[in-house]
Formats: sequence, C-alpha cells, structure tokens
Amino acid sequence: MTESWGRYPAATHALEVPLSWRAEASLPAARPVLAYGQGRSYGDACLNDGGALLRTAGLDRFIDFKDGILRCEGGVTLQQILDFAVPRGWFLPVVPGTRFVSVGGAIANDIHGKNHHRAGTFGRHLRRLELLRTSGRAECAPGDPLFAATVGGLGLTGLITWAEIALMPVPGPAVQVEAIPFAGLDHFFALSDESDARSAYTVAWLDVLAASHRGIFYRGDHAEGAVRPARARASVPVDLPLVNGLTVRAFNAAYYAAQRLAAGTRLVHYQPFFFPLDSLGHWNRLYGKRGFLQFQCVVPTRDGIRAVLDAAARLRAGSPITVLKKFGDLPSPGMLSFPRPGFTVAIDLANRGAETFAHFERLEKLVRVAGGALYPAKDARMSAATFAHSYPRLEEFAPFVDPAFSSSFWRRVRR
Amino acid sequence: MKILVLGATSAIAQAAARLWAARGDELVLVARSGERLAAVADDLRTRGGTIETLVQDLDDASLYPRLVRPFDLVLLAHGVLGDPAETDPAAIARVLRTNLVGPAQLLTLLGEQLPKGACIAALSSVAGDRGRAKNGIYGASKAGLDAFLSALRQKLSQRGVRVLTVKPGFVDTPMTAALPKSPLFASAESVGRGLVRAVASGADVVYLPFWWRFVMFLIRVLPERIFKKLSF
Repeated sequence: MTESWGRYPAATHALEVPLSWRAEASLPAARPVLAYGQGRSYGDACLNDGGALLRTAGLDRFIDFKDGILRCEGGVTLQQILDFAVPRGWFLPVVPGTRFVSVGGAIANDIHGKNHHRAGTFGRHLRRLELLRTSGRAECAPGDPLFAATVGGLGLTGLITWAEIALMPVPGPAVQVEAIPFAGLDHFFALSDESDARSAYTVAWLDVLAASHRGIFYRGDHAEGAVRPARARASVPVDLPLVNGLTVRAFNAAYYAAQRLAAGTRLVHYQPFFFPLDSLGHWNRLYGKRGFLQFQCVVPTRDGIRAVLDAAARLRAGSPITVLKKFGDLPSPGMLSFPRPGFTVAIDLANRGAETFAHFERLEKLVRVAGGALYPAKDARMSAATFAHSYPRLEEFAPFVDPAFSSSFWRRVRR
Repeated sequence: MKILVLGATSAIAQAAARLWAARGDELVLVARSGERLAAVADDLRTRGGTIETLVQDLDDASLYPRLVRPFDLVLLAHGVLGDPAETDPAAIARVLRTNLVGPAQLLTLLGEQLPKGACIAALSSVAGDRGRAKNGIYGASKAGLDAFLSALRQKLSQRGVRVLTVKPGFVDTPMTAALPKSPLFASAESVGRGLVRAVASGADVVYLPFWWRFVMFLIRVLPERIFKKLSF
C-alpha cells in the first residue's frame, strides 16, 4: 500500500499511474490527482485518499548541465543529483535531512536545510520549471505568480515535469564540522548567533526529554580534503517497534555522552553530516505498524521556542533525533513556504492514537500563541484554523490550485 | 568503448547506459520513438557519454545493415511481453518477431563484423527457462533466443567475441507495470548494475539477481506431471 514516511494516516488510492516519459505525461480521467515522488512527506501532504496518484519516480532523467545550472525531470532524487554533481565539483544549494526526496517534492515543499541562514530555501535557487496542468503545459520562473504558488505549493498547482536548479561549487565531498555540547537554550542561542555569522551550516541535536534542553551544536563548511564515502547502508527489514520513552532516554543519554567525548573539529564525508538517518534504510519501521508523527514548527521568538520545548520535555515521549535550528531572514519565495525568521524544531512522536494527538494539540496551541507555524510536509494533524492563521497568503494561493489536483492534506485544512 | 544499444528506451538499457555514459563511453542508441529516444540521449549526454541516436523499428530487417559496424559492445535490450491471453495469430507472430526472429537476424549480421575482444550482451529472461501458462509466447521467444545465443557464443568464441546471456527475473519497469508487485521484483537500476558488472566480468550466462539461477534450477527439474498442475 502506498503510504507516507510517517505511515499515518492511511490512504487508499483509486488509481496509481507510473509516469515514464515527461513528453507523454497526461492527466488521467480520475479525480482528484496528485503527484507522488518518493513518499518522504511524513503526514498526508503526499497522499490523496480516494483519488489518483501520478508516480514520478520514472521521470528521473537529466536534461542538461551547463555552468552549474542543472535541468532535470521532476522525479530525479537529490541523491541522483549529488552522485552526479559532487565528483564534478558541484553541490545542491540546499539539502534537507534526507537525500531520498525528489526534485518535485523539494519544490512542492520548498525545503530548507542547515544553511538556511545563508541560502534560504530550495525555491530561491530555481531558475525555471514546467507544470502539467488541466489547461496544458505552463512554464514559469521567479517573478511569475504561478511560480510563487508552485514553490511550497504542495503539488496542488500541477505536476512538475522538469526544473532548472542553480548548483553551487564546492571543493569536494568533505565537510569540516565542529561539534560543541551545550547545557541549555541560552547557550544554544549564543552559539547560533556566533556560528551563523561564520559557518555555512549550523544545526543542533537536542535531548528533547531533558528539562535542561541540553544538546550538541554542529557547525560546518565545505572543505578540501580526502574523505571516504559512507559505508554500505543497513536497513530495517521488518516492523520493529523499538522507539519508546525508555529507549529514547537511554539513546539520548548515550548519544550526548558520546558526542561530548567526540567534541571538536573533524573532516567528514558530506553524507553522514547532512543525511545521518539515510544510513539506516526504512528507519520508519522502528516505530512499528502504527507509524509516527512529526511535529515541526517555526516560532519567531526565543520565549516562544522555550515554551514549546518545555512542553515537549514534559510529554515524556519523543524521539532520539530532535533537531533545532535558527532560520535566517532571507525571504522564502513561495506563497505557502514554511521557513520564516525564528527557531524551528522537529520532534518525532510514536503514534499512540488519542494520547499522541492530544500532545500535538497542546504543542500546536503553543505555536499559535507564539505566532509560529507548522510544516505541512511533516504534518498530519494541524487544524484548518491553525493553517489559515499561520499562512497569511493562503487566499492569494488558492486560485492557483489546479481544478484536477488535490491531496489528503489540502482537503483536511480547507474544510 | 563504442557501444550499440538496441532498445535504448527500455528501463534496463537506460540503467546500464547511464553507467557507461558516466565513464565517457561512445553510445549509439536505437529505439522506435524519436521523442523518447531524445529524452534518453539528453540524459546520457549530460552524464558524460558521446551519443548518437537512430530512430528505427527493430522489427524492420531492411534497416539492419546500417547497424552493422565494428562495435566493442552490443546490448540487445528490445523486447515485448505480449498479452498472454492473445489468440490472434498476427499478434503472436509479432512477439516472436520482436523477441526472437529480429535478434537472430541482426546478431548474425553483427557477429560477423565485431572485432576480437568485443561482446554481445542480450537481455533474455528467466521466462525462457521453462514455459508457463501465464506467458507462453514470451517464454517461447526467450527460450528460442537462449538457444540462439548459445549457438552464437560457440561460433564467435573462436574469433574471440563474447556472447553474454542476461536473464533477469521480475523487474519493476514499464513493461511489467500491469503486473501485481511482490518482493521478487528487482529495480531496473540494480539489474542494470548487474548487467554492467557481468559484461566486465567475462561471464557467459548471468541471472539477475543471482539467486534466480537456483530458483530456475528447481523449476526446471520439476517433472512435467507435477509442473502441469501448478498455477504460478
């Protein structure tokens, strides 16, 4: 069954159309339709319960590469681009926490990365793209309203057949990374301010269950030097529900201790630095059949993020991998882009039904009070009211939604 | 290396050709659809290959002479699955024409012209190992191809030209889009990688993934009186 990365909620699709050729792609008669790339959205943004999915994994061809500008089909994954570009001395301008997402998905969710304070979102580095819409094919570029609707537009403005991305030059596959333990949020704020001024990449791992909000701050830059690529990937072969309060507490304590000992500066391959979880295939199976939900918010103020993290620590649930980052103030190009100035945190919670939903509601309320927003790419629970409240350009966006397109997420938040 | 790819828009051929293009090989791509072939050519050119395209229907034997050149490697990847429920004689003949008759005619001509050290790699299928009710004509075409390749291997080995029979199991490609998927399916990428490895290794017959060799051995040794009652 086709599911999202968090495996919640379940969806049944009436039709799934594998696309292989961008010139031949057309919309099926079934309605509504939605593009589905790698299924790495966590909640229901990539699902279309009762409707049709256009599977884009077969649209995985490069079209042209010249002077650092890559034109490729919408189903190409960031992994395919990096495998191609890094040996040639180029890198993606923005990468998220996994390289197993498609270009179409990266655009539709206007993804961000550890260099948001320098580079802004993925959409800022696009030159052009083509959409397949009910009315036919349409090209658009920065400055066009259709472009601003499509970037971060959750796939609702049509199928992204190809896009042009400006890559950035790098000296090689190495990243110089420094790990600095911090004992609390004030220390994190100070490290962020200081590091964002001098490092291209900054992010923090947080022991989400610790009331002290201790963690490890990482700052890195592309560097020269020989590093070995990652070892062969392991994979979780079956559902193996190992993540619970006890194992998370044990993992976090061990991780914090180990990273404290390893604190300092190292030269590493880009894969473990940007994509630590990619080394464990199907890690979502560690949450069992019921899956998990991720709560990712952005909150504009220090007090606001402190309130969210205090509440999260009290939940006594939570994930081994919780990341915290300060967004920069470069404007996001999409009408529905998530990144905006403030602090973003992403917390995974095993799905235990009503109890977990109540946790979400509590955290969602704190985010609203603090004037923040939740990330649709990760979301499965936010209310229509919260969505409307935190995405002020929603009514400007709505007319660009293609009449044939919809998603489970869209129907949920537009009730 | 100068490589001829017959059926260059097939998923397995694309996966293999990407690896060859990335190492800078010279590829001559042949396929029926000009639009699809152009998309594949752009991709392979971007990845580093030197690309020439020929739009032609490989069922048309009159065009074979223009393909006969001294290539270092020939990948024969075109083929059709056909509809197993088909009873129309012309449709049945077309499957045999595309999968068996054409390849036998073309590879016979090509084999004469290939230089010492060259290799012919042809995509057959585990379906050729034993005929099944579910794909009888396809299986027959691939069984015939296997026999032809075996003969060609014997003939050309005296001149130092290799023939590699590639037998994939179930592969997740547009050709099998209508079939229900199971854990037995492999990706076109992994089969393409295996194919490139087999070409380099000097193998004669390769199953992809490798474990199909054991599965097909067991299926081949089943007595007919048992096999005929099975429904897989």
